[in-house]
Amino acid sequence: MREPSLGGIVQTEQDRKRPLLRAGNMNCGGCGMSNIFQLLSHAVAGRDVKLVIPACCGAITAHTYPQSAFDVPTILTTFASAASVATGIAAVAGLNNEETRVICMAGDGGTYDIGMATLSAAAERNENILYICYDNEIYGNTGGQRSSSTPAGAVTTSTPLGKRENKKDIMAIMAAHRIPYAATVSIAHAEDALNKMRTALDTNGFRFLHILSPCPTGWKSEPAMGIELVRLAVRSGLFPVYEVFHGDRYVINIEPDFSDEALSMYLSLQRRFRKSGVTETSLRPGIDKYWHGLRMLSGRIVPARRH
Amino acid sequence: MPVELISANHGAGLAATLAGRANRTGRGFCCGVYPITPATDCMEYLCAQEIEKSKVVRVESEHSAMGVCIGASATGARSFTTTSSNGLAYMAENCVTAASLRLPIVLVVANRTMGPPWNIWADHGDSLMLRDLGWIQIYCADNQEVFDTVLFGFRLAENAEVMMPLMVCMDGFTLSHTIAQINVPEQDMVDRFLPITTVPHQLGSTPHALGQIEVAHQVASHRRQHHEAMEKVFHVYTDIQDEFQQIMDRSLPDPVVSYRIEDAESVIISMGTIGATAEQVVDDLREKGQRVGSLRLRMFRPFPMKSIRENLKTARRVAVIDRDISLGFGGVLWGEIKAVGSRNGLIIQNYMMGIGGGMSGRSIFAGF
Repeated sequence: MREPSLGGIVQTEQDRKRPLLRAGNMNCGGCGMSNIFQLLSHAVAGRDVKLVIPACCGAITAHTYPQSAFDVPTILTTFASAASVATGIAAVAGLNNEETRVICMAGDGGTYDIGMATLSAAAERNENILYICYDNEIYGNTGGQRSSSTPAGAVTTSTPLGKRENKKDIMAIMAAHRIPYAATVSIAHAEDALNKMRTALDTNGFRFLHILSPCPTGWKSEPAMGIELVRLAVRSGLFPVYEVFHGDRYVINIEPDFSDEALSMYLSLQRRFRKSGVTETSLRPGIDKYWHGLRMLSGRIVPARRH
Repeated sequence: MPVELISANHGAGLAATLAGRANRTGRGFCCGVYPITPATDCMEYLCAQEIEKSKVVRVESEHSAMGVCIGASATGARSFTTTSSNGLAYMAENCVTAASLRLPIVLVVANRTMGPPWNIWADHGDSLMLRDLGWIQIYCADNQEVFDTVLFGFRLAENAEVMMPLMVCMDGFTLSHTIAQINVPEQDMVDRFLPITTVPHQLGSTPHALGQIEVAHQVASHRRQHHEAMEKVFHVYTDIQDEFQQIMDRSLPDPVVSYRIEDAESVIISMGTIGATAEQVVDDLREKGQRVGSLRLRMFRPFPMKSIRENLKTARRVAVIDRDISLGFGGVLWGEIKAVGSRNGLIIQNYMMGIGGGMSGRSIFAGF
């Protein structure tokens, strides 16, 4: 397994001097979103950035008025309107020839569910927005209810016996919009993550980053295990790490070892899968099927046929 | 000053266009637009304009139309949108944000019945549903008033002491689709009347957050500030009225338009186009020797209590005409008038007229 690392995230001259998310924020210990903000701080560097955050844990992160834990101009919006508010901001930046990068930071509820129409419309119009979905697979901010991103078998407060339906394939939906850039990001693979964040920040038009974001309270996992859990999800093939350019060029960035050991570890280190009896054996066919499709799309191993 | 023969919808679109151009040396002009009958034509008009330093975003819902306006206004641009009925209901959530973030967005509402069951005709139930959000609400009686109120509305909403969104309401079809003369000022006159937008709390380069969590005393304090700003609207209104008169060489009606009220024993109180009909009815009844007057409320929020009280000094009977109904209570306007107008011996009766676009002509008054 090839696993690029940063060798510890060291501040370089190109990096932003101050973190986007300052100390004293309201995030839980071990929140994946905190890690995402740390990585994003490095990727943003000297760029002018504005944040748009819908109702989600990110809306609490800033802490109370008048202080703000975000070190950039930030607007908190209603659940379903992040992409539309960002559209307005990006439009005015465009009118004034500003290089501002407008970043939406939204959870899976605001992305997969209530915000889907707004998100899809902004993607269709190819607005100049970077939309980041920190996917903790749960409505974390309301105490842990299922979203359409919650994987089958996961127990949430609204699916006490484990969710029955499979996770929605958000990347396929975004790719179908033929946006300039979409990528999945692993916070356990810092160098790959930074490259993607920089690519997304440098690209114009609608960009989408899908980031698996551990939620210790929702996943019933140890706060310190978050990054390791993401690493296991990537290793086992459960969370494929890839890029999609313009909806048709797929590039797989990290090759998993598809080990049952990694999958078993991933499941056993969280208590949310205990009740439903999901095992590595039950998950494997789904993972294999997804990867078969992904390889077809990426043209690797199984080349695309031309008639 | 050229005269255009256009509908109130196009008049509103034209006024927004002139207001947008007036901000070309500022941060620009941005609209989120989504069609809904009977406000659609205004949106179509905007989509056909080429406005310097502007962007019209064709969004997928009214919710997003207001979202775009919020984003644009939060970064300092002049922003405008239009809707009606269920569109306004769908937009309502973001209308709260626009108000609470004190963004000077102007929204034209072509008043229409809420559905289903579907009905597309005039009814004030839609905008009145949003009564308590912290928007200024102005109801117009003719096309010229709609045009002028859009220009005036930007000036009022963007005033530093006011700084809040404003709703220009016009009766669906009765005004929105009726063609009438509108005096249209030249761009340079609009430029003089409407200085560039400055949103003092806009997102610039300094890190600060708009709309993050507040604890109880902060919410209470912000509500109070908003309420106090609402109360300042009346004196700001008068100042802007004078400037409007000087630059445009015509007057803009007061928040309360009184008609033959001086010695009136009976007063008809209404909003929107019914107010224009009421004035004709007053003439009819005066000819019969009855001491009748009319009060047309142009401004509904903030509510012009003082002015209403002064105008009801000689009144013994008040007929409040509502083009709406608050189910389980009665007319919305009636409730408000009762709250401010009640005194010993004053009878305040409620009448519903034109609900769901029903008849509201002079002959209907005869039945009261």
